[in-house]
Amino acid sequence: MKQALLSICAAALGLTMAGQASAAGTLETVKARGKLVCGVSLATPGFAAPDDKGRMQGFDADICRSIAAAVFGDGDKVEFVPTNINTRFQALQSGEIDVLSRQTTHTFSRDASLGLDFGPTVFYDGQGLMVAKSLGVTSAKELTEAAICTLPGTTTAQNISDFFRAINGKFELVVFESPDENRAAFYSGRCEAITSDRSDLASIRAVANNPDDYVVLPETISKEPLAPAFRQNDSNWGDIVSWSVWLLMAAEEKGITQANVDEMLKSEDPDVQRMLGATEELGKMLGLDNNWGYSIIKSVGNYGEVFERNLGEGTRLGLTRGPNALWNAGGLIYSPPIR
Amino acid sequence: MADVQTLALAPPQPAPTAPRLGRLSAYFGTPGNTLISVLSIAAVVFIAKLAFGWLVVDAVFSGNGETCKAASGACWPFVAQKLRYMLFGFYPYDEQWRPMLALLLLFAAFLFSMMPRFWSRGLLLGWILLVLPVLYILMAGGVFGLTPVATTSWGGLPLSFMLSFVGLTLAMPLGIVLALARASNLPAIRVLAVGFIEIVRGVPLISILFMATVMLPLFMPEGVTIDKLLRAQVAIILFASAYIAEIVRGGLQDVPAGQYEAGSSLGLHYWQVMRKIVLPQALKKVIPPMVGLFIGFFQDTTLVTIVGLVDFLDTVRSAIRDPQWQGIAVLEGYLVAAAVYFTFSALMGAYSRFLEKHFRTTHA
Amino acid sequence: MAFLHDMRFRAFFYQVVAIGAVILVGWTMFSTASGNLAKQNIATGFDFLSRPAGFVITEAAIAFEATDTVGRAILVGIANTVKVSLLAAILGTLIGLAVGIARMSRNPLLARLALVYVELLRNVPLLLYLFLWYSLIILILPPVRQALNLLPGVYLSNSGLVVPAALVESGGGALLACLLGGAAAAFVIRRVFTQKRVATGRSNHGALIATAAFVLPALVLWLAGGVSIDWEFPTAGKFRLTGGLHVRPEFVALLFGLALSVSANVAEIVRAGIQAVSKGQWEAAAALGLARAKTMRLVVLPQALRIIIPPLTNTYLTVFKNSSLAIAIGYPDLVMVSNTVMNQTGQAIETIAIFMGVYLALSIAISLLMNWYNAHVALKER
Repeated sequence: MKQALLSICAAALGLTMAGQASAAGTLETVKARGKLVCGVSLATPGFAAPDDKGRMQGFDADICRSIAAAVFGDGDKVEFVPTNINTRFQALQSGEIDVLSRQTTHTFSRDASLGLDFGPTVFYDGQGLMVAKSLGVTSAKELTEAAICTLPGTTTAQNISDFFRAINGKFELVVFESPDENRAAFYSGRCEAITSDRSDLASIRAVANNPDDYVVLPETISKEPLAPAFRQNDSNWGDIVSWSVWLLMAAEEKGITQANVDEMLKSEDPDVQRMLGATEELGKMLGLDNNWGYSIIKSVGNYGEVFERNLGEGTRLGLTRGPNALWNAGGLIYSPPIR
Repeated sequence: MADVQTLALAPPQPAPTAPRLGRLSAYFGTPGNTLISVLSIAAVVFIAKLAFGWLVVDAVFSGNGETCKAASGACWPFVAQKLRYMLFGFYPYDEQWRPMLALLLLFAAFLFSMMPRFWSRGLLLGWILLVLPVLYILMAGGVFGLTPVATTSWGGLPLSFMLSFVGLTLAMPLGIVLALARASNLPAIRVLAVGFIEIVRGVPLISILFMATVMLPLFMPEGVTIDKLLRAQVAIILFASAYIAEIVRGGLQDVPAGQYEAGSSLGLHYWQVMRKIVLPQALKKVIPPMVGLFIGFFQDTTLVTIVGLVDFLDTVRSAIRDPQWQGIAVLEGYLVAAAVYFTFSALMGAYSRFLEKHFRTTHA
Repeated sequence: MAFLHDMRFRAFFYQVVAIGAVILVGWTMFSTASGNLAKQNIATGFDFLSRPAGFVITEAAIAFEATDTVGRAILVGIANTVKVSLLAAILGTLIGLAVGIARMSRNPLLARLALVYVELLRNVPLLLYLFLWYSLIILILPPVRQALNLLPGVYLSNSGLVVPAALVESGGGALLACLLGGAAAAFVIRRVFTQKRVATGRSNHGALIATAAFVLPALVLWLAGGVSIDWEFPTAGKFRLTGGLHVRPEFVALLFGLALSVSANVAEIVRAGIQAVSKGQWEAAAALGLARAKTMRLVVLPQALRIIIPPLTNTYLTVFKNSSLAIAIGYPDLVMVSNTVMNQTGQAIETIAIFMGVYLALSIAISLLMNWYNAHVALKER
């Protein structure tokens, strides 16, 4: 028995040690490990969902790939860790994941009290409501006394409570732990409406038996800027995440695409030269290879391509750019200068 | 969660108290009895007809979601198309022979361990030192030319079985130590053991799983992270050990005090008395209730789906929610899952009854 | 070095080592956690309990508004947990008693059917059943706008069952007093009559008279118009039924699932208890001319009760702990409310500590209560 116990102790210790990472900066840890560990959602088509071959696809997944490309020059050196709304922040706090790219809203209290920092907003979202067309509802204000399905503990439940308190209406809140259960309950008619971020609603609508039977109401009842998050007090790592995202945006502005990035290497434009590492040595300042920008675009394309591929009008989600158009096209997507 | 006590207490069945009547009068002896029989037969016929109609007559055997939607019966194409996903989850498609092999190996090892003639101290060691490492290597890869597969991609039936089998195997030594500590005559050690056992048994498994997945990472020194699957596994081990400790305590109490005294008077010290005299007797007695406990834990591993691990119930549920089959094959999916759980639990239950009989005849 | 072989020294030494190890591990974990929290600037403490919750809980056993505090939200969760476990325990015990007796039936068909029932419930995980019941309710029943109108004012749909609500307009206090007074009178009457029956050996109508004593005062009050009850019938609102009493599908699925799992365990416990009563008791009762049903009720069950109570306690503890599976199907029990709070505040340690503490305290309370009852029914040596 004593031997058995000893061997268990040894095994347990071994496993702990195997999971041990150095207390150095996140970049060194990631490089030593040889891959980026990125927290995404479990199955949200358009943002992060495995395809038939088990490859993770989606907008959030591509953000992870762009960071991996910046670090390793290869966008596929990512391990995707599915997180749910209970575990996402703890996974980041404990170092289980290096970056959280999971439709997470940047808010004051999260920034201030959860021990994490947010990168630039990758998607400007807002909370909306979706109903069946047959209900004949055109405004969320008409939904008093309705039952509304939602997920627990996100800002969503609070926003919807605030919304109905403001118009002095009553409603029945039906809360589900899992997105699957939530969606199924809505489609079976347990609730008249379902509320979530508008992008998420598009994702839910996309998997309906007949998406045209459902309509997202015009009201946007909250601001939901979705941003990647990382542990605080590691500004080098924060810079890498932020500038990887900004590079996607700047590339769209400059017209660099996955297809033309090789030709663009020869571009005369000094901005493009700097971004792709043809001149100056910006990558080195972040502790990365100098062709980090080239690798990002080569792996995933620019912001517009990432958007269209995963969320755009050609996909089942069918989202328009809206506020997520470039600043010079009337949107909010704006990258600081890369120089 | 496991309804350990009631399972553990199911006593050997004596002859039924009610005298059996003649063959036919058992069914139709009195007017009351006739009524009961008629109603029972009607119920059985009704359910059988309903089930047969749904499972066979009205069922769809080939086609897709659209054909199923039109029919009123079961949708077997769903099961055929999704079975592999339900069994193995997101484990890389081309590598799925590995979890399959691991599952078969686990069954083989388990069948071997079920036969009383192979019971020995070496068996538990064999599990811990041989079976579990081989399983781990098969699943995780990284050596012998096997592609590494991260634990985040493990899922389905192998995960369910590993959580329960591995959990119970590793909980066993811990549970025995706890039981010994609880029966110890050193007050401080007794109090610690009682505290641990009662706290674990007083809270739901889900709270311990939450603690392990959400809270534990905050207690780790910076830079140390433990795999999420491993954390859930540790939670299950700790949980199981408290229940095992209670069963083993029952076994220890059944060993007559004279055995302890005889051992001591031979000059053996505490550990020798325990190892050579008391535990062998006590552990034999607790094997049937331990099997009952195992049935409970096998079912309880379904709770890991709530903390985001992809066990068998979870893969079945996401298969049901697949956009292509949404709202079409709910009952079919749950039926497959129920059939799998039922088969294994019922087999274990039958084994437990076999053991009870075996012990009654060989060690009366 | 002789003291190393001294038993008393060794005993002392082992205990010091054990306590020391526990303290060391506890202290290390505590200090790493507080270090981690401080370094990452994560909020700590229980201040969040007095902050406004900001979310609504639709199914609340005690009144709750979004403006109430987080602390009260957790209280609602506790009340909901207690409500569903209590009802499931009562319902499950009644079903289980019937099935357990059916298992012992002389009719082999009935006995087999009862066995199938028990095996089906015990060999499939409860969580799977909960998902199944809930899916069946929301998929098979029609949406609320096409609700089935079973009786006037009674509607059934996948949003649950709606029945007319009784609103006591006036005289509520008097009614309550009558009911309580009636209950007390019934209790005393039953005791007196039982004692008399035991003393004289003659049967009397104690049960009947006690029931009358319980019902009559309230009935008289109601007939005399001392209490006016307003029946609030559900009416079709814009989307769903308003007014009336709503029983939601999440609650029904959970109650049903828990009650059935309790019933299977109770059935097995009852069977084992009945079998443990010696055969001589049946024969003695038969010799006295008692019918089988009467023998069961008056002779066998009271004796079986003593064997039944300890495992029954465990079943009740189990159902109480299993009610935490509510989180899977959206019934706002303690775990679900805590989970919402945890997500909003990010204070995992405090929230998990609260709900584990509550479960532990209530588990101990149930154990104590059942132990007291066990001592009460135990064989008293005279």
